[in-house]
Amino acid sequence: MSKCTIEYIEKRLDEFKSSGQVPGIVVSNLVDKLEKRLEKQTITKKQLESILSEVVMNYKFAQVDPGAAVGTIAAQSIGEPGTQMTLRTFHFAGVAEMNVTLGLPRLIEIVDARKNPSTPIMTIYLAEDYATNEEKAREVAQQIELTKIENIASSVDIDLWENAIEVNLDLDLLKNKNITIEEVQDRLQYRRKNEVEIIDGYKLIIKQDESELSSLQRLREKIRDIAIKGLKGIKRVIIRKEANVGESGEYVIYSEGSNFMQVLRIPGVDPKRTYTTHLHEIAETLGIEAARNSIIRESRKVLTEQGLDVDDRHIMLVADLMTSSGEIRQIGRHGISGEKNSVIARASFEVTVKHLLQAATRGEIDNLTGITENVVVGQMISLGTGVVDIGITPNYREFSTEEPEPVPEIVAEEN
Amino acid sequence: MSNLPKRIDSIHFGLLSPDEIRRMSVQRIIVADTYDEEGTPVPGGLMDGALGTIDPGQRCRTCGNRIGDCPGHFGSIELARPVIHVGFNKVIYKLLNAICRVCGRVVLDETRIKAIFDAVPKTDLDFSRIGIVPFHIADEVLKEAAKVKQCPHCIDPDDSSHGTTKYKIRLEKPTTFYEELELEDGTKQINKITSFDIRELLRKITPSDCQLLGIDSTSTRPEWMILTALPVPPVCVRPSITLDSGIRSEDDLTHKLVDIIRINQRLLENRDAGAPQLIVEDLWELLQYHVTTFLDNEVSGIPPARHRSGRALRTITQRLKGKEGRFRLNLSGKRVDFSARTVISPDPLLSINEVGVPRAIAEILTVPERVTEWNIEEMKELVMKGPQGHPGANYIIRNDGRRVDLRFTKDPNILADALAPGFIIERHLRDGDVVLFNRQPSLHRISIMAHEVRVMPYRTFRLNLCVCRPYNADFDGDEMNLHVPQSEEARSEAYILMRVQEHISTPRYGGPIIGAIQDFITSSYFLTMDGSVYTREEASTLVTAAHLTDLPEPRGIDESGKPYWTGKQLFSTLLPTTMNFTMKSMFCVHHDECKRTACELGGYVAIRNGQLISGVIDKKGFGAEQPDSVLHRILKEYGSDATRQFLDGFTKMLIANIDLRGFSMGFDDVDIPLEGRRRIDQQIADTKDHVNQLIQTYEKGLLERQPGRTLEETLEMLIMAALAKVRDNSSNISAEYLGMANSAVIMAKSGARGNMLNLGQMSACVGQQSVRGKRITRGYKERTLPHFKHGDLSADGRGFVDASFRSGLEPIEFFMHACGGREGLVDTAVRTSTSGYMQRRLINALQDISSLYDGTVRDSIGGIIQFIYGDDNVDPTKSDHGKAVNLDIILDKVLETELEGD
Repeated sequence: MSKCTIEYIEKRLDEFKSSGQVPGIVVSNLVDKLEKRLEKQTITKKQLESILSEVVMNYKFAQVDPGAAVGTIAAQSIGEPGTQMTLRTFHFAGVAEMNVTLGLPRLIEIVDARKNPSTPIMTIYLAEDYATNEEKAREVAQQIELTKIENIASSVDIDLWENAIEVNLDLDLLKNKNITIEEVQDRLQYRRKNEVEIIDGYKLIIKQDESELSSLQRLREKIRDIAIKGLKGIKRVIIRKEANVGESGEYVIYSEGSNFMQVLRIPGVDPKRTYTTHLHEIAETLGIEAARNSIIRESRKVLTEQGLDVDDRHIMLVADLMTSSGEIRQIGRHGISGEKNSVIARASFEVTVKHLLQAATRGEIDNLTGITENVVVGQMISLGTGVVDIGITPNYREFSTEEPEPVPEIVAEEN
Repeated sequence: MSNLPKRIDSIHFGLLSPDEIRRMSVQRIIVADTYDEEGTPVPGGLMDGALGTIDPGQRCRTCGNRIGDCPGHFGSIELARPVIHVGFNKVIYKLLNAICRVCGRVVLDETRIKAIFDAVPKTDLDFSRIGIVPFHIADEVLKEAAKVKQCPHCIDPDDSSHGTTKYKIRLEKPTTFYEELELEDGTKQINKITSFDIRELLRKITPSDCQLLGIDSTSTRPEWMILTALPVPPVCVRPSITLDSGIRSEDDLTHKLVDIIRINQRLLENRDAGAPQLIVEDLWELLQYHVTTFLDNEVSGIPPARHRSGRALRTITQRLKGKEGRFRLNLSGKRVDFSARTVISPDPLLSINEVGVPRAIAEILTVPERVTEWNIEEMKELVMKGPQGHPGANYIIRNDGRRVDLRFTKDPNILADALAPGFIIERHLRDGDVVLFNRQPSLHRISIMAHEVRVMPYRTFRLNLCVCRPYNADFDGDEMNLHVPQSEEARSEAYILMRVQEHISTPRYGGPIIGAIQDFITSSYFLTMDGSVYTREEASTLVTAAHLTDLPEPRGIDESGKPYWTGKQLFSTLLPTTMNFTMKSMFCVHHDECKRTACELGGYVAIRNGQLISGVIDKKGFGAEQPDSVLHRILKEYGSDATRQFLDGFTKMLIANIDLRGFSMGFDDVDIPLEGRRRIDQQIADTKDHVNQLIQTYEKGLLERQPGRTLEETLEMLIMAALAKVRDNSSNISAEYLGMANSAVIMAKSGARGNMLNLGQMSACVGQQSVRGKRITRGYKERTLPHFKHGDLSADGRGFVDASFRSGLEPIEFFMHACGGREGLVDTAVRTSTSGYMQRRLINALQDISSLYDGTVRDSIGGIIQFIYGDDNVDPTKSDHGKAVNLDIILDKVLETELEGD
């Protein structure tokens, strides 16, 4: 009996792979496993062949049936474990100090394709020389975290005598965040038309024209809210050394709040690995395929965290449906269900009357192709055994010996 | 061929024109009355006989059919003045804003229209409706036209220097329109536009303009949104009910129609009599109100019309919308015949494929069976038995289509003799019939499965315990539904596609969802654990219970010289003889180096050539929802028939086994010796001291703040961590005293029920109670209960329960425990509704998607969602826990399992 060498196995499996009988990933897994086996035992060519035929048989057996209601099954497979999920919104994951929405609320958020998710989080990986240098990582983090006047001022007061607003900067904080007082002055000057003066090296005085107390108070609030540094929407950043990222551990920045497009532009950020949980930002920045992948990744994360076993194919189908039009559509009234072609399907989901009236003005035609429509009118649905139709070939005479009837010539009618 | 089933191809929506309303009307309704004193319908009234009949026995005056066959016929009311249809008020508003008040054309010239068209990318054009202006263009046209101030098509009658001035239109909800005129002196004048004028204006819109405005002029003319004639729905749509007292009570719609006719008549009379403008206008407005509420009684801005009792009327819109509306209640979901519902109870002796049906139900549910030459004798017997007495029949349908009710026959023998091939007998449900069995909520497809009937005494449905999991059923009073398919096609589809054994693998993750639960697992532990031996009598009992006939060779001879069998041997009698498989059981503790078959914990389950040679079969071996188990392997390698046989046989053997030895858990199972109690008490006391110290350091201000947290949060976290640890520690202490002889431990370890945490709570310490993930803080000001001082942060004051369930809780502890328990209840209640709604949305969005013969996944109009399902076209149900091919198993199979030891 001839034995297989590693070279033979690789050659044979390459051949097998290119035959396209089973997905490539299965073949490459098989190569790995065979090589591992070969260390301990011998494999004959005959055995190899029977392994291959067994693999093909197993794969063929597991194919989906044509007409399978894969949509409904996906919806059920994701919806059913929903009853077993926790409702607790906040959970600590990865970074202990940070809140992350998980469980059922997060799943609903994903499916709803919310424009403003409750706790968007970015995981910012750093470029080579930044990733291992804490000092440099901190610099990047400082550029990302949104710093407002209120974050660096010990107090913002109103000086009624001088008719001015007085910002008392906390010099320690300033140093901590690597901001000079002049920078603050510049930013303030840029945002307010009145003169900004530095007094005593830590006080900023902004003279005001208004003298009304209430309007000064309003101005004070506005000044407190002026951004000095960082990206819009990012409330907090945390730098952590992740031991199992990269070769010998890397510094990774986590941010509460998300501004994906801007963050990728910051020097020192590794745009290839940086990730956000904000689906729409991914769609805007990286495109719809990336958004599709992140829908899968985010849903997967929720389900695994809850210890629920759901096949990837179901999640993939939902993600593919949500992104099939080129933009993220939500599952529900304002998305897929609301844009269905059938009037009856829309009417029987939500906002019944609106859809009926709209159909009337538009003179819509419901072709009864979907499920709900046919259930409503009491006809067979085109799913499962219902997809099969009897077809009659119109020129059946091809198979008979009879002379075919002359086909009447179609003459284009004038007007 | 006239009874060929007709198929609806499509439904075209549109508006009824006044002419069409009149044409389809069989009767003009002019009298606001329903019935006269004698109870006969008033001619020309709302219950006019021409509108169809609701009295049984009476024939319809229009179509001549009786109730049930008469579809009902519309009448009509001629409205004295036109009235706006509320549903279209916004459309009318937009139209009025987009057209010229004189010529009725869209106030955009060619170039601007072209600009709008050009602005829309070509790819956005809706290809399914080529030729019709896409609706988002119509929105754009409406928006643009609303901005225009002067009409480009006609000349202002007041000032010929420019086009007709367009005034701003204001809609005062729901149905009043105003025109805001700007006079030359800069003041504004607000004029009401009557629905009469609106109608005239809308009439001027040309068909091509209609298209631009998003109206399909072939089916809908804009002026039809103003009603001049009102269709009166047939009587069967609004049947009156006769109460027990003999008083007739009319439907809400009838009430509303009475109002409409009454006001309409008054308006007509006043108008014709030349009454003052003010009175006519008041009546007109009243008519508008009544028509509005007739169409929709929940319009904002006007009070809903009410019944005499004060209840708001349920008019047309209310009938259609919402969960209880026509669409969701009657059209998407339909009531069915041939169904039954009763309480369920367990029966381990049934096969998983079976369902026990009470005789009383089997005598009512029927299956139609055609009489043939071959079954005529059997059918005769059924007919003679009649509706009483079990395998009988309830009806005979003769060849002429006549239906004979066997309940009312004097002599069934005569009927039986008259049977001829071609008759249909509606016979009782009997053993072996295929039925569908369902438990709500039907969250996934395995909530409805096909079972084979077993007719049984008593009044409950019986089912095998292994199928509890897919239905999520228990027996604390659950009820289930049963449906009997009536055609051969339905029956065979149910049998082939929906039978329980075909659904052992769930599509959710491709593993068995049907499997053993609870006592089966306990019993299996006893059967397959090391050292479990059986005498000949016992072994035969077990093997016969599993419906097997042959005992294997005894393993050996015991001291008294009698042969004995091991439990593993008996289990192996049920395995396919060619089976080879290795897995880890619940008892595996993941030693650094696996001892394999020598594992004394029973953690290494090895099956060689159909013999279990080591390991314990527990939850991981054949439990429900356990992928990669022995059960899963049998299913994948030997198919559903073999798996059903294995499960049926093994569970029966396990019942017999646990009957032999008995199993129970009691108070003393969670009792630990005094020494252990002392150690636990000491632990708790120490931890409480530690907590108090933490509080003291905090109060002195010496506590160090953790990054990202406030001082208070830091303290809470430290306390929580300390208290969580003490619960675990005391659980572990109690576990030291509870060995494998303890019933509760056996259940926990084998995975039958409960876990060590539960046991710890019962025997050692219940631990910290929490609400929203924090210690309990709410109640009184700065304290949870008045028994504590203000600001008490101690363990006791924030809901730490020292006691165990065994020792019993103090009142305060009990209260704290109830706080945590209540949160759980609220959480469950909220969760079911939110997740239910999420699932409804998911299903609605995804239900049209299916795989097709070309391998693509498409929606209902053929749009491609995936080019190949799930990237590999593999059905998760048929996959091996998500994998298309389980390479390890194949390699093992082909390369032969290397045996342990060598």
